[in-house]
Amino acid sequence: MGAREEARVWAGLALWTREFLRGSLPDMPHDHSDHDHPHALLPPEPALRVKALETLLTRKGLVDPAALDAIIDTYENKIGPRNGAHVVARAWTDPAFRAALIADATPLVADLGYYGRQGEHLVVVENTPEVHNMVVCTLCSCYPWPLLGIPPGWYKSDAYRARAVRAPRAVLADFGVTLNEGTAVRVWDSTAEVRYLVLPLRPEGTDGWSEEALMDLVTRDSMIGTGVVTVPE
Amino acid sequence: MNRVHDMGGRFGDGPVDGRPEHAVFHEDWQARALALTLAAGALGKWNIDMSRHARECLSPKDYTAFGYYEKWIGGLVALLVEQGVVSRAELSGIGPAQFSELATRKLTADAVGDMLARGSPANRPCDSAPLFVVGETVRTRQFAENTFVSGGHTRLPTYAAGAQGKILRYQGTHVLPDSSAHGRGEAAEPLYAVAFAASALWRHPENPDDEVVLDLWQSYLVAA
Repeated sequence: MGAREEARVWAGLALWTREFLRGSLPDMPHDHSDHDHPHALLPPEPALRVKALETLLTRKGLVDPAALDAIIDTYENKIGPRNGAHVVARAWTDPAFRAALIADATPLVADLGYYGRQGEHLVVVENTPEVHNMVVCTLCSCYPWPLLGIPPGWYKSDAYRARAVRAPRAVLADFGVTLNEGTAVRVWDSTAEVRYLVLPLRPEGTDGWSEEALMDLVTRDSMIGTGVVTVPE
Repeated sequence: MNRVHDMGGRFGDGPVDGRPEHAVFHEDWQARALALTLAAGALGKWNIDMSRHARECLSPKDYTAFGYYEKWIGGLVALLVEQGVVSRAELSGIGPAQFSELATRKLTADAVGDMLARGSPANRPCDSAPLFVVGETVRTRQFAENTFVSGGHTRLPTYAAGAQGKILRYQGTHVLPDSSAHGRGEAAEPLYAVAFAASALWRHPENPDDEVVLDLWQSYLVAA
């Protein structure tokens, strides 16, 4: 950072901190919200706020910027929905794997290399003609990171968190999905450290397909339950 | 009374915009915010329950106005100050940044892979035996509130308070967030996936055949 940019960053953080802490950190811990929060002065843009915080923590010896790069690289380039698609395609082609997956997913997917932060306790729920599963976290944004990566914006949105439990069929319609008559919806609200992955129905017309070819059909949304797997025309 | 994050079942949010997104992070600062949060967490001064509670304690006005990663930064700053890791003067740019004695715990780049791969399991041994069996009918407690601390952290959403459901699966014994978020120990308890008919949760269920399943700790439940 040049000197001018740095001065701007610090001025921005100072302004934001003053306003933010005034409201959010009164003397009593854990009772932050029962105060009026006059944001008379608009906080500066979040990019500056984050930059300033990173700079401060780095100077204090608490953060290594190269470690931040490594975390970002992991979730941008190494861990994503291909992992989940691999598990799904394997389950579609290997009945013994499928049975073991439904019985106890965590050790099984760990053997495939899919274990870690936000995937310590995995449960795979199977779609059938009778039941369609859908996953949400109404209280925050819990999501099976080792299988699907970082959740998409819509999964973390107020609209999804608010509506998925009360009106799952309307949410499915938002995604262009209509269920067959007679199919019930089971919504899993991830309120603990258990993470859920939906095993979608294998589409018709894929008999004899290889695991690799099937993987390409499996979308992220189908493993959250807001999509179904189809064969492209 | 609940906090603003407890929004399951709320009316008025409109449709979900599920259009495909072509990047994991839309802005660089969002990626930095996530990475900073994880790196600061690795200092070991708080647990995931304290971290969630810090975000939940944002004022309703801030919680609603802030974007997702702005909430993360808001929660992170609150924890850093609360735990004495960073002073208000440092944050305000008034005083110089003091080198921290926690620096020995700094997450280094070569330790990142291991840290993310190791995760932090929430299952723990526990003295209390499971009280309920799969298929048993239970009722959730009347108030979706922390029983130890007023306004404290809990994972029972308001929409599922006082509702009758059935034990669907036993999940083992897990850290109790209501205790852990407030430095009162991990207090592990049996955890169950409990299925509720839509008609047990909503006056006007979208479809009576539908269900919602929640993971709930034993102390959230009574036999019905």
